[in-house]
Amino acid sequence: MHRYDKENDEVVSQEEACVGCHRCVTLCPTNALTVHKNQLQFKSHGNWTDWAIRNIYKQAETGGVLLTGMGNDRPYPIYWDHLLLNASQVTNPSIDPLREPMELRTYLGRKPERLELDLGREVLSLKENIPPQLKLETPILFSAMSYGAISYNACEALARAAEILGIYYNTGEGGLHPNLYKYGKNTIVQVASGRFGVHKEYLDVAAAIEIKIGQGAKPGIGGHLPGEKVTDEISKTRMIPKGTDALSPAPQHDIYSIEDLRMLIFALKEATRYRKPVSVKIAAVHNSAAIASGIVRAGADIIAIDGFRGGTGAAPMVIRDNVGIPIEFALASIDQRLRDEGIRHQASIVVAGGFRNSADIFKAIALGADAVYIGTAALIAMGCHMCQKCYTGKCNWGIATQDPYLTKRLNPDIAVERLVNLINAWSHEIKEMLGGMGINAIESLRGNRLALRGIGLTDTELNILGVLPAGR
Amino acid sequence: MNLKQGWFEKDISGCSISGFICEDGKRVSGETIIRSIALMNERSNGLGGGFAGYGIYPEMKELYAFHLMFEDNQAKEETEKILNESLIIDLQEKIPTQRTKGIHHPPILMRYFGKVDEGRLFDMEISEEDYIIQTVMKINSSVKGAYVFSSGKNMGAFKAVGYPHEVGRFYRLEEYEGYIWIAHGRFPTNTPGWWGGAHPFTLLDFAVVHNGEISSYGINKRYLEMFGYKCTLMTDTEVMAYLFDLLLRRHHLPIEIACMALAPPTWREIDHRDGEMELAKAIRIVYGSALVNGPFAILLAHSKGLIGLNDRLKLRPLVAARKDNTLYIASEESGIREICPFPDKVWAPKAGEPVMGWLKGEERCEFELSRTRISDREKSQSVHPVSSMC
Amino acid sequence: MKRIFIREEFCIGCRLCEIHCLVAHSSSKDIIKVFKKEKPRPISRIIVEQKGYNSFSLQCRHCDKPYCLEACMSGALYRDEKSGAILQDKEKCVGCWMCIMVCPYGVIKREINNKKVSSKCDLCIDREIPICVERCPNQALILKEV
Repeated sequence: MHRYDKENDEVVSQEEACVGCHRCVTLCPTNALTVHKNQLQFKSHGNWTDWAIRNIYKQAETGGVLLTGMGNDRPYPIYWDHLLLNASQVTNPSIDPLREPMELRTYLGRKPERLELDLGREVLSLKENIPPQLKLETPILFSAMSYGAISYNACEALARAAEILGIYYNTGEGGLHPNLYKYGKNTIVQVASGRFGVHKEYLDVAAAIEIKIGQGAKPGIGGHLPGEKVTDEISKTRMIPKGTDALSPAPQHDIYSIEDLRMLIFALKEATRYRKPVSVKIAAVHNSAAIASGIVRAGADIIAIDGFRGGTGAAPMVIRDNVGIPIEFALASIDQRLRDEGIRHQASIVVAGGFRNSADIFKAIALGADAVYIGTAALIAMGCHMCQKCYTGKCNWGIATQDPYLTKRLNPDIAVERLVNLINAWSHEIKEMLGGMGINAIESLRGNRLALRGIGLTDTELNILGVLPAGR
Repeated sequence: MNLKQGWFEKDISGCSISGFICEDGKRVSGETIIRSIALMNERSNGLGGGFAGYGIYPEMKELYAFHLMFEDNQAKEETEKILNESLIIDLQEKIPTQRTKGIHHPPILMRYFGKVDEGRLFDMEISEEDYIIQTVMKINSSVKGAYVFSSGKNMGAFKAVGYPHEVGRFYRLEEYEGYIWIAHGRFPTNTPGWWGGAHPFTLLDFAVVHNGEISSYGINKRYLEMFGYKCTLMTDTEVMAYLFDLLLRRHHLPIEIACMALAPPTWREIDHRDGEMELAKAIRIVYGSALVNGPFAILLAHSKGLIGLNDRLKLRPLVAARKDNTLYIASEESGIREICPFPDKVWAPKAGEPVMGWLKGEERCEFELSRTRISDREKSQSVHPVSSMC
Repeated sequence: MKRIFIREEFCIGCRLCEIHCLVAHSSSKDIIKVFKKEKPRPISRIIVEQKGYNSFSLQCRHCDKPYCLEACMSGALYRDEKSGAILQDKEKCVGCWMCIMVCPYGVIKREINNKKVSSKCDLCIDREIPICVERCPNQALILKEV
């Protein structure tokens, strides 16, 4: 957008190209630059907003599907902001996390309904081991972001940060670059509809495998990596020709119903000798509860649900903005349905989709989640300014691009430090909130709906979320 | 009389507990336990008190003794219909009481002695105990104004709104003799006390009295609901009784393991334990929703023994003592010394580690197999007298 | 002894190192005054070299065997005892520019302000860390012990 005009010896800028990435603002040593919303306005109209009108112009000109990046930006209500937390007063002492043990450790995986003990021997022991679990030092993980959608440096930063923090990151559907195999024990690999990069070693190095049925930003359609972003390295990792668009099919073509899913889950478990948990990721849609119940009964050890605020590298705008439901409702109804059927212990629930801060995470755990995936928040920590132009492959911060000019801009050392700082800060905040409620272990918050009260919600919404209104 | 119906308002409970077990089976009068709990009156505010005694119905020890309270006659009739349909009732009568200052507007208090029809059980393919629980849950949740106080054999719970010693006099406990007695005095801060909300909470022959607040109540309750238990008495202590029933009776876990599930060590301690690490880790992973958070000191009594347990940070007082064949556990040492002035030893149990007393001769009980290891640990605890915990 | 090293995989060619270097060696030390008022503008001791998307910033290596010091005929260049850096006494420099000719890295520049002298990186001796290392936005310049 900026250009040096030699004749006039000055820098000129082409304002209509500005996407609001703030790169120039951040780098200017005198803070001389700033970014404003374009002043050019249409006459104000309740129905025909600027945005609606401009989209029609674009489509009239190109005849194409409007693409966009990141998550749903429409002003739907955010239910996290309608939930309030409790604190202990008098009858139950608050606990100070700086002086008392405060435990956030979480294990994800299938758990038996009860423990069978071998009582005959001198030392009590288990009759058989419990199924494989993923150990997290804090209930936060890095969400699935594929190598291709984001740069190698970004992937490396996520992997290293996950290792330092004792949590996991997800490869997304882009396969796993061989240089990152060494972080395998903190890696969850994804098997998505395009099966990009899925081969024996991929499954061997991972700590867990996730079957991706859908994602919150674009439920019902597959992943989309524009050809500009498919370089040599991507082509090798994903096992596709260079320069071609990588369009994952909408369904997984070997999963046309729940029994097919069961076959794939067990095929993966057999291939990895039942030593790794298998997770299934779905988007939050209307009958999520029934689907989740089916998935658990099909053998999944972990269910990941992605709400409609979930981010993406590229998606048709109309799907991103209109398909899917808020994660708050999906989580509440899935958790309750699994409990009603008595199978809640058979799978851990991980939720994703637009979590902005530790309070959102805390409320999600209180509603019933075991852990939370963060995607957009991690990218913002690394420098993303939410300009939503990821699909162009021209991410100015070196995150959502493969262009070597741009990928240099993301220094993994700096990115790792920022990610670690973010997660540590949130973990500490979660501990403070737990302590304030007089709880010293995250197990006592998980599913404890009495820790929440609703404010500004209708009766039906309160009912679905399973929380009381503030004041009761 | 105050009855709370409708939505669940969490009741906070406090504040004094006391109990003892005569391990040789000797039965003593309820007078003893009344004296112990009366001494700790400062810890209650007169809004609730209760007792449970074991061995109090020796002539009818094979029959289930149901203690019930009814708000009105309609509740009584509806309940009796259910009881007569579900069980064979041999005897029903009012629970003997006497007018006592401080006990106002008592509900209708009845007791029923009955047994289960074998044929019915065979058809339904469930165990006798599960059938009794089902019946109790049905009465509590579907009959308006009726609540089951206790449902065990040769034991009974007596509770009311009032100071504990007044409650004891009201129920004429001095006329009963039992080998285990537990008692509770309440200091609720939330709702006005109601008869059903006093402690102890029972299920079959488990009885629990509790001093503290269960901050994990929301999840303990939902976890239990998955197994068919209904929490209807609107007091967080209820979940304790049901958790013990689930872990001990249904899942056949040793008592030490059940206590570890409710008050587990920290992950740091587990990571550093040799030998038992996998077991401790598995307990915490599988029974995470049974972890009881928040300060508590509880006494769990059952027909074969008495257990005292503190939360993992020991935020409520609990003192234990032994003399000859009797184990005493109470909130304060003074409560013990009132009825046992010269105990052989007195100590303060550690956070998360249970204190246990067992009826002699009950060796084959499946949840006491780790008894020998526990009594070793008991021996290693400090033996010098401990000053009263406030 | 500490020296400045560049990690070219992280150099984005923004040339902020050049800007901060010249401001640090100016008289006003204020970036706006330097660029608007100081004439002639002070020069940066750093050179950013770029080809395609590869770039890196280059400054005096403070060599163990300094050709410039040997070539200096007025003795203006000398080695500082403590840091081992090659420093310059501008009063003694006569502007013969022999140092520029012999430097194998080409990191010495011509400076024609009031007096004709040569100019090169002085490892920011008067600061705790060199300004270029401190201000690189991508941490591409690092200070390492050798």
